[in-house]
Amino acid sequence: MNPTTNAIKSGFARGWTEFKLSLQSPQDQGFYVFMSVLVLAYLWFNRNTEIEGTNLSYPTVVLPSMLGALLVFSLIIGPAYALAMEREDGTLLRAKAVPHGVVGHVTGHVVLNVLSILPSFLIILIPAALLFDGLMQNGAKGWTTVAWVTLLGLWATLPIGIIIGSLAPSVQKVGTWGMFPVLILVGISGIFFPIQDLWGWVQTVSQIFPMYWVGLGMRSAFLPEAAAALEIGGSWRTLETVLVLSTWAVVGSLIAPVVVRRMARRQSGSQVEAAREQAIQWVR
Amino acid sequence: MTDRIGNTVVGVQNLRMRYGSNDVLDGVEFDIRRGEVVTLLGPNGAGKTTTIEILEGFRLRSDGEVSVLGVDPAQADEDWRARVGVVLQSWRDHPRWTPRLLLHYLGRYYAPYSTPERERPYDVDQLIKLVGIEEHADQKIRTLSGGERRRLDVAVGIIGRPELLFLDEPTAGFDPQARRDFHDLIHRLTDLEDTTVLLTTHDLDEAEKLADRILILAAGRIVADGSADQLARMMNREAQVRWTRDGEQFVHATPDPTAFVREMLGQYEDISDLEVRRATLEDTYITMVQQYESGEVAPGATAFEEVGR
Repeated sequence: MNPTTNAIKSGFARGWTEFKLSLQSPQDQGFYVFMSVLVLAYLWFNRNTEIEGTNLSYPTVVLPSMLGALLVFSLIIGPAYALAMEREDGTLLRAKAVPHGVVGHVTGHVVLNVLSILPSFLIILIPAALLFDGLMQNGAKGWTTVAWVTLLGLWATLPIGIIIGSLAPSVQKVGTWGMFPVLILVGISGIFFPIQDLWGWVQTVSQIFPMYWVGLGMRSAFLPEAAAALEIGGSWRTLETVLVLSTWAVVGSLIAPVVVRRMARRQSGSQVEAAREQAIQWVR
Repeated sequence: MTDRIGNTVVGVQNLRMRYGSNDVLDGVEFDIRRGEVVTLLGPNGAGKTTTIEILEGFRLRSDGEVSVLGVDPAQADEDWRARVGVVLQSWRDHPRWTPRLLLHYLGRYYAPYSTPERERPYDVDQLIKLVGIEEHADQKIRTLSGGERRRLDVAVGIIGRPELLFLDEPTAGFDPQARRDFHDLIHRLTDLEDTTVLLTTHDLDEAEKLADRILILAAGRIVADGSADQLARMMNREAQVRWTRDGEQFVHATPDPTAFVREMLGQYEDISDLEVRRATLEDTYITMVQQYESGEVAPGATAFEEVGR
């Protein structure tokens, strides 16, 4: 078999193994439950709030947005932290030491992160469906939209996470380079309140990034057609959503391999050793 | 492909590594022939890790010629990787995986490089037995002890049946028993697989036990190159003579203690507490490294230069 094809297949096996190990890990289970409880509790306390000018409740409007935000957050922050960590703990060096190992390793990350979105959505959607009425207003057509928005959203954001993880000088710096900007985006992308409440230039900035569009796409999937009136231009702007997310996806997919290759080339044992020394210092 | 015919697996000429204005490696030269076990010995900070990382293709050199399995590691491709094994100093990678899972996974990458003479990868069960981690093979890697983890590192290094294996301080942090087991493992590997091995250590005793040949790296250069026996003979030329006269203690180093003592006893009558002692290999090694590092001896200007040539 061609060694590169073989490496990509091995990467799929890696992603699957990592996914299974993650589901078995109490730490990851705890994280899923924590996220779910957080989201559901927030919605529950706001269950009696109505969105002005509609007969929609706050949870019905905000849950789709929160799913979108969760997707973007997980797909950027997850791989960013994982890659930065793996550069320091030697996982990446191991990958580099085997033929075509880095290709397989990154494939593994893609597979793991794509698969992981399933449990994180399900653990929120299933209890939410029991707690709140009328979440999904569009039936099967709505679920189809959820599927394509999710896939396009994954593709638009995962490369960003991989790029941040490859560029961040250390694990601690992922906070500054990744976590901080993403949390700001959550705040300004119409997740918890309408984007129109913000200044015009902030609306422009937030419409550059995928967060707003994934949230918008999710709302278009779950909410009735009439709710589009609440959005900018009174429309779901499906075409724009596809265009913006595809642009991020294509550009990210072109840049990520270059950045990963550069990062992998620089990876050495001494770097791992230095990080280890540093970590020991931290513990002391 | 000189490694197949001419038997030179690693060739290093005038290797230099500079960080800013600091020359870590300053004209390192050596060769390794097929099937040899060579240890690169030297004090901490002498550049052993830098040297081995350059040979592994993990680090770019500042200057010089390097050839590993007939290829410059700085330009080597992934197919070259399949022929080289690297034993890494692992720390906390793959904590949730088990040794068996990890070895199966990493082994997959070598399958396309399997040949009738060299079947790749190694059979995982056989490998687990070879490095002696049968009892821990299905346990989370996080729960392994330092020694068990290092055996796993060795297993990972040889999963692809490499023609050339690099080990950087493989026994750092081992207790004496683990160290002895490890030495047995290396002997078994070279006997079974015709693998060429380069390992670094700062432990002279280990170098002596494992190596066909020892290279001593100090002050950025190879200052000695030879078998343990050759080095011992070359390094043991001076003896220390101690004595007391008039209640005062004296020490003198000389290559010919017999002649020195005969002459001294002929001159003085009141000599007491006479003691003649040959320096051990280790004493001499330490003295020599200190001399090189402090710049007392100009590199390349000593008798050690000719050793093993």
